[in-house]
Amino acid sequence: MTTWESVQEFLSEPTTWSGPDSIWTRLGEHIWVSVAAVIIAGLLVLPLAVWLGHIRRGSAVATAVVNIGRAVPSFGILAIAFLVLVQMGAGVGEPWAVLVALIALAAPPMFTNTVAGIQAVEPATIESARGMGLTEREVLTGVELPLSAPLMMEGVRIAFVQVIATATLGALVAWGGLGRYIVDGFARQDMGRLIVGAVLVGLLAIAAELGLSAMQRAATPHGIRPAR
Amino acid sequence: MAGDPMIRLENVKKVFPGSSRAAVTDLSLDIGRGECVTLIGPSGCGKTTTLKMINRIIEPTSGRIEIDGRDAMAIPAHELRRSIGYVIQQIGLFPHRTIAQNIGTVPALVGWDQARIDERVAELVEIVGLDAEMMARYPSELSGGQQQRAGVARALAADPPVLLMDEPFGAVDPIVRKRLQHEFHDLQGRLGKTVVFVTHDVDEAILLGDRMAILNIGGIIEQYDIPEKILAEPASDFVERFLGGERGLKRLALLPINEADLEHGPFVDVSTTPAEAHRVMEQHGVDWLGLLDDERLLGWVDGDLVDSKPLRDLDPRPFLVTLDTESTLRSALDAVVTSHARVAVVVDDGIYRGMLDLESIAEGITE
Amino acid sequence: MMVLGQTSQLVDWDWIGRNIDQIADRTWQHLSLTAVSVGIGLVISLALAIVALRWRWSYTPITWVTGLLYTIPSLALFALLVPVVGLNATNAVIALTSYTLLIIIRNLVAGIDSVPDAVLEAADGMGYTRRARFWRMEVPLALPVIIAGLRIATVTTVGLVTVTAVLGLGGYGYFILRGLNTFFWTQILVGVVLSVALATVLDIGFLVMQRALSPWARRAR
Repeated sequence: MTTWESVQEFLSEPTTWSGPDSIWTRLGEHIWVSVAAVIIAGLLVLPLAVWLGHIRRGSAVATAVVNIGRAVPSFGILAIAFLVLVQMGAGVGEPWAVLVALIALAAPPMFTNTVAGIQAVEPATIESARGMGLTEREVLTGVELPLSAPLMMEGVRIAFVQVIATATLGALVAWGGLGRYIVDGFARQDMGRLIVGAVLVGLLAIAAELGLSAMQRAATPHGIRPAR
Repeated sequence: MAGDPMIRLENVKKVFPGSSRAAVTDLSLDIGRGECVTLIGPSGCGKTTTLKMINRIIEPTSGRIEIDGRDAMAIPAHELRRSIGYVIQQIGLFPHRTIAQNIGTVPALVGWDQARIDERVAELVEIVGLDAEMMARYPSELSGGQQQRAGVARALAADPPVLLMDEPFGAVDPIVRKRLQHEFHDLQGRLGKTVVFVTHDVDEAILLGDRMAILNIGGIIEQYDIPEKILAEPASDFVERFLGGERGLKRLALLPINEADLEHGPFVDVSTTPAEAHRVMEQHGVDWLGLLDDERLLGWVDGDLVDSKPLRDLDPRPFLVTLDTESTLRSALDAVVTSHARVAVVVDDGIYRGMLDLESIAEGITE
Repeated sequence: MMVLGQTSQLVDWDWIGRNIDQIADRTWQHLSLTAVSVGIGLVISLALAIVALRWRWSYTPITWVTGLLYTIPSLALFALLVPVVGLNATNAVIALTSYTLLIIIRNLVAGIDSVPDAVLEAADGMGYTRRARFWRMEVPLALPVIIAGLRIATVTTVGLVTVTAVLGLGGYGYFILRGLNTFFWTQILVGVVLSVALATVLDIGFLVMQRALSPWARRAR
């Protein structure tokens, strides 16, 4: 049976389109866990990152955080989160371990880009803002945050795309998501399931990348957009 | 300048791609052997473009450029450039190479052996006034002025007959710039290179140029002559406006003191009697007296003191500024306005030569 | 079947002692997958970067395509390659290599672009040919940025190699996958800790190399 035939066969099965293992269910799982992870990570680290950026501290910490984040394999974080949560009593197959691991992965790029983005604002700009009598809060909300928005959004984009990718590995720790098709495809030697799963994951990641790139551009104040 | 020119530009034209107007429209210029020509003009006049066409950093659109009688277009650009020294404002020292390696760049390119390169580098480091210990350093470890000296040394390394300099002292602070200008002036006097020197600083162009070319927008030569001539007789309104105010002062800076203009003034030997001293002061209409001891300048005394004791026993005050016979009329003018006595005193090795006042300076410039 | 919490202690040193040979084998596998992938990635990136520098318009499509490859999650890329090359090391190397391209090319081009114009003009003025200028001025001066790219690519690849466990490879990832299936802490920790250690060692190695190759950049501080 050719790859194409097995893809067609998989797509023609009714369970592919409805029920607990349908594409819609798996896609929904994948997306909600990813979105939730990025939002929770943002709520956890952004206040600290904004504050550190504003007082112009912590750039060394920010660099270290990315380097460490890069060196620790996401598969490993996922495995550790899984074992810890199972030992704490979570059920196998529940999304919590995946969610915790994804939060841990989403946090570093958002933290670092926010700290770096705010610190990248010209000191002269901030000094003149203070010189005109803006309060610290107004300096932050009126000057620093708008000017650092593109870099912050880039952090969100990097985090989200990485989270989408790592959520795929969730199937290796007994969770669902679109990775389920790939892992099951490997296990059952079901080429159709494998390829459909891979294509869907790939498309989702690319869609996330493009969508957040557009948001990043939209978040860029007009005055600092690169001239065409 | 005798003989064939070292650099000849004939009907050279440059139109940059995408531009409707020529940066250089139709320029012809001869530069003599051993001559330093300064190119000056407002921004957009094409002075830098002209300079860079000589070593083909910018390729001319049309026209002919000859260097030492050879068509510059007939040889590969990189070979042409190895025989032309090049100094730019941003210096462009190679950050990954030590100062010694930087200076030795062209000799290494043209295949000198290392011993000869080392010898030459050591010689150049001394010529441009760098410390020998700088040779092992990287460019980022040098000050701006030191980097510029290294840049000049690098351009001189393979002893090229021609040197192109594009605002070489433009990026250093004014004090260092003055010093570098004078050092380069001396250096040029000794080495006798053919130099083309682009600048936007009129004083620099006057100081360094044997001849000056004043360019208008589009590479039009408004005037090409020795600085004295340009200052004395600007060829057009454009040149006059470009030279700006203080044209007279700039000219004074170029004119040497003429010994024939010197007056003896109220200067007497210490053996002179008080009565004679009074007569001299009266004759010159002044209330001070310059004292000489066998032609040596001692200083000056107030007229009221002449009767108090013999001139020899008086305590003369020194002249704050004295000139020598090499000085320019501009420094003479400076001496006049800063001295108590309103005169400029000329001394050669301690021997009094004479003095100038405002009137004789004004005469010097109208001659 | 597996038993929850096979041992009460986190690290079973006996297990490590008994499996030291296997750990060494997996170290070699992890290292060679990383080295081959980054090595091939560097060669391809160099070629693409030279194209991008020569014909500027090609840089945008090149970053587009390599960016696309970079975005596709590793597990999906392994799966997509199965019908093409099968379930083997070739599959892993192709996928891992494709992740290095974007990072290395970007740093190559950014590094070359960062060479000051004045240096290039001076080099031209001294009589360097285009080729000599590229290899003797631009490449050495871009080295710190280029090596920074190799560091990021290498550290990222070390992490991704663990996922090749699903292809029956994995290097240290093999231990993580086994540990997951048997709920055995020691194996998971061995896999994660050694992977981080390998990434750190390689990162430091590149840093040392960068310092050695660009003494001018260090002394400037």
